Amino acid sequence: MPRPHLYLLAGLLAAFGISYFSGHIDPYQLDVLTGIGINIILAVSLNLVNGYTGQFSLGHAGFMSVGAYLAAAVSVFLGPKILGADGGALWQQGLLFFGALLAGGLSAAFAGLLVGVPSLRLKGDYLALVTLGFGEIIRVIFQNVEVLGGALGLNGIPPYTSIFWVLAFVAITTFTVTCLVNSTYGRGFLATRDDEIAAEAVGLNTTRYKITAFVIGAFFAGIAGGLYGHFKMTITPTGFDFTKSIEIVVMVILGGMGNTLGVILAAILLTLLPELLRPIAEYRMVIYSLLLIVLMLVRPQGLFNFKFGRGGT
Amino acid sequence: MTEFLQQLLNGLSLGAIYALIALGYTMVYGVLRFINFAHADVFMLGAFIGYYIGNHIPEGTIGGGLLVMAGAMIGCAVIGMLIERLVYRPLRSAPTLNVLITAIGVSLLLEYSGQLFFGAAPRTFPAIFPAANFRLGGLAISSNQILVIGITLVLLLALHFIVMKTKIGTAMRAVSLNPRAASLVGINNDFIISFTFAVGSAMAGAGGVLYALNYPSIDPLMGVLPGLKAFVAAILGGIGNIPGAALGGLLLGTVETFVGGSAFSTYKDAIAFGILIVILLFRPAGLLGKFTVEKV
Repeated sequence: MPRPHLYLLAGLLAAFGISYFSGHIDPYQLDVLTGIGINIILAVSLNLVNGYTGQFSLGHAGFMSVGAYLAAAVSVFLGPKILGADGGALWQQGLLFFGALLAGGLSAAFAGLLVGVPSLRLKGDYLALVTLGFGEIIRVIFQNVEVLGGALGLNGIPPYTSIFWVLAFVAITTFTVTCLVNSTYGRGFLATRDDEIAAEAVGLNTTRYKITAFVIGAFFAGIAGGLYGHFKMTITPTGFDFTKSIEIVVMVILGGMGNTLGVILAAILLTLLPELLRPIAEYRMVIYSLLLIVLMLVRPQGLFNFKFGRGGT
Repeated sequence: MTEFLQQLLNGLSLGAIYALIALGYTMVYGVLRFINFAHADVFMLGAFIGYYIGNHIPEGTIGGGLLVMAGAMIGCAVIGMLIERLVYRPLRSAPTLNVLITAIGVSLLLEYSGQLFFGAAPRTFPAIFPAANFRLGGLAISSNQILVIGITLVLLLALHFIVMKTKIGTAMRAVSLNPRAASLVGINNDFIISFTFAVGSAMAGAGGVLYALNYPSIDPLMGVLPGLKAFVAAILGGIGNIPGAALGGLLLGTVETFVGGSAFSTYKDAIAFGILIVILLFRPAGLLGKFTVEKV
């Protein structure tokens, strides 16, 4: 993508613009747009791990939950102390929210490091299993931490998430991932994906590339979690289960692994789809899974991957 | 001491079921080198087939119970072969990741179409075998526990016989060792893979009925957690290794029961994944597995 900095600027301006006029947009549509934005952040960041680096992670929802809980904890427990009883001015709230999101992102990144260092020595299906197992462990831990609400979840999170924050982070995530992958350093991700043995043979430290991708992916998943928590105002451990991870994986696959634009389109489509399918909600997951199987059989390179002559994985 | 033995007994009967499911994972991994995520849902279907047959025969007879077991095993074998034929075979030469994603797709499809057809609410599994509780010393033993351990032992021995002593078992081992060389000496790989799926799924079907006997509440998502844990058991024993799967299942079931009986009982579901991470860290080939180096 040429001149990604301009795109970032355009994205941030669009975020300002839309949030300026958000009073004139239908609240339902605004909610759907927020959901789309959060899913784009999740899908684009997972794409760095699954698509560009070729490591199959099934734990993205786990990192999202770490970010969601930590960010919520900051604004619920620390927020009143910092802002005082009156809730503080708007810019103070914004600053606190930014800090909370950053805390969520960093703790998710730390969790990513913790999981990544041991498990990224493994390949393919083993890695998938470990990340899945990690997601389950996180869920059980959050269910047992009474301070964070235990199995009932954490309630009363202040509704700081606005369309501005979401769109701004969509722009930042897309910018970071695109720049990273297109940089000289980032070629290592693609090399690790395409042929690990060959990449090692030319002297790349593939494990390090994998961990880097994993940690950055986890960071943005944590940010998305923070946004999600302050959007829904309540989070439960079961909200970040295996199904959520699969949902994000489907977005990445549908978009075509390693194709950021396709993944964004897929995230939009798959967030809108349940809204459109609301009358037949019970078929949603059946349609999802059929889509996944048929796609893998018929078009394994992804629905929106229009590059010719190269496979998707 | 009595409590220790009691927990050990409970653990072994849970572990026996994990072992049965783990066998299917390990056998499929042996011949195709991928994780059949849908296996856990074949286990669930086994329980449901048992439920429907069990409701049409008189309860509490040994013959009826064995009939239910046989029905579930045959039904699951057919389902396993169908899944392999329709979904996995077209992907035989695709990258592992694609097959893995497809397997997850099949798993979700079975779960959610299960919810559509069977309903999401749990159902009570009929008591198909005659049930009795008796005490031995201080130990409370139920006939179902003995049944689970006994049937598992019989099935394990049968499987061992098939794999080690019969012609088709030799062919299975040959395909697992080197598929191309196996087809060069005249083995029909497609048939062997089909057969492997049938045997593995039959084990899962038996496991489903036995699980439902001990925990008589079945629903379309019941396979998810036991399936994941059985997979951990397969890795623990060394994936692709049949005695390893059995050993891993028994170990995991026992450890989980002991944790469940301790002060950390709420962490019971996390222990299997903790074991998974530790074993992959220190001995990725599993307890009984062999280390291999990937070559170009």
